[in-house]
Amino acid sequence: MLCQICGKNQATVHYTKIINGNIEELHLCDECAMHNKEIEFDSTFSFHKLLSGLMDNLQGEVPYKEVKTYKCPFCGMDYVQFRQTGKFGCAQCYETFKPKLKALFRSIHGHDKHVGKVPVRANTQVAKKRRIQKLKEQLNELVAKEEFEEAAKVRDKIKELEKDIGQ
Amino acid sequence: MVKWVEGPAVDEDVVVSTRIRVARNLRNYKFPQRMSIQEAEALTNEILNVMKKLPSGVNYKFYKINSLTPVERVSYIEEHLISPGLINRPDYSSFLLKDNESATIMINEEDHLRIQVLYPGLNFEKAWESINEIDNFLESNLDYAYHDEFGYLTACPTNVGTGIRASAMVHIPALSIIGQVNGLINGFQKIGLTVRGLYGEGTKAFGDLYQISNQMTLGEEEEEIIRRLKGVIYQTISKERDVRENLLSKRRYEIEDRVFRSYGLLKYSRKISSKEAMQHLSNVRMGIAMGIINDVKFKDIEKIMIGIQPGSIQKYANRELNDNERDILRAKYIRERL
Ligand SMILES: [Zn+2]
Ligand SMILES: [Zn+2]
Repeated sequence: MLCQICGKNQATVHYTKIINGNIEELHLCDECAMHNKEIEFDSTFSFHKLLSGLMDNLQGEVPYKEVKTYKCPFCGMDYVQFRQTGKFGCAQCYETFKPKLKALFRSIHGHDKHVGKVPVRANTQVAKKRRIQKLKEQLNELVAKEEFEEAAKVRDKIKELEKDIGQ
Repeated sequence: MVKWVEGPAVDEDVVVSTRIRVARNLRNYKFPQRMSIQEAEALTNEILNVMKKLPSGVNYKFYKINSLTPVERVSYIEEHLISPGLINRPDYSSFLLKDNESATIMINEEDHLRIQVLYPGLNFEKAWESINEIDNFLESNLDYAYHDEFGYLTACPTNVGTGIRASAMVHIPALSIIGQVNGLINGFQKIGLTVRGLYGEGTKAFGDLYQISNQMTLGEEEEEIIRRLKGVIYQTISKERDVRENLLSKRRYEIEDRVFRSYGLLKYSRKISSKEAMQHLSNVRMGIAMGIINDVKFKDIEKIMIGIQPGSIQKYANRELNDNERDILRAKYIRERL
């Protein structure tokens, strides 16, 4: 499909918009999408600008000159593209751009380390240690509530996991 | 239609709905934005195969965006069952909708998977429990992109870690009458929450409805994120109720007049825009909460608020309508339901 504005390039950005209650479909090329005022107001676009602004100001450990050469082996995204779009191309990108990410995450989330849910299938040492840590917290709570039967079960689970990781 | 509205709803005088969504990706595929159509299809098939393993009694229906009409696509958004981002690339995206509409699994939005659960009223416990159940089921059958340090990997750095967005839709007409909504929004933003209009990012707040959600996803446990949000929602509920009580005791006639004028207008108008209708429905909803109107239920208002949106009203008409035709049908739709 060709771009609805220039009629020359292939349309790569597709929008369904509700304008004054009318449902309109827009198919634009990258270039025209960038210049289309209506879309500029779209928060996702202004958000991109904000993100790339954030990335420009990061006090990373690695200088931009070096980071610029990083390229993801799986999806082919390079750092310049990542900075422009503000989006990762695949899971592997996280390893590729890792030297820049902690600072970026701190500026967005105030933190740079995940402490939440761990998938049951994540069977790395780190995942198991995290699981043990969570179980220990659970154990303390159960002991405090004097639910000793449940606590014993949790203690067994901890022992099992600890044996597993060789502690 | 709009089945999810049914069912028990706690604190529904202020909280219309509770929603949690998590973003998940698979390790061995590029993220949707960088995928080919073939890769998108392969991923979709992999997910559909996993869904076949669901225990009996749990039923999801599969919809491809490109096999829905534009009107149908928009009406699913209006019903809050899919996100606006899902319809941007119709050939890539699809979704699975649970038969009671309480859960949607979106495929190839910005992430490979966006799982959402939706309940009427305030119900974070149930929402967290059921989204975990779906997530754990999928996770045990798929190779999720998970990183020891960064958690669940997402296309956008703003979702990384837990990938969770918990939100509640609140109806705060009284705070709006006394002009305290902006102050409240600013306060929320300072503590890391986001406030949006009815249909998500970048949309205006119609009908005094606001969606309050967490912004940060990394460095805090899911339960903690939810607990903090819930605390803020409780505060909002009690503030709104205080102001309602206060208004009713100090400005009773003014409030009753406002509510009954809106009720009358909705009952008798022959042509109405969605914006105008939303404002009057909001007043009637407040009237129900204040005990001024007794023969209409909160859920009736919720259903009308969704049913009168541009996509839904055209789906109801079963054909495309121009502005004028829509406004006329909308007035009729409301009259028949009030
Ligand atoms: Zn163009
Ligand atoms: Zn990549």
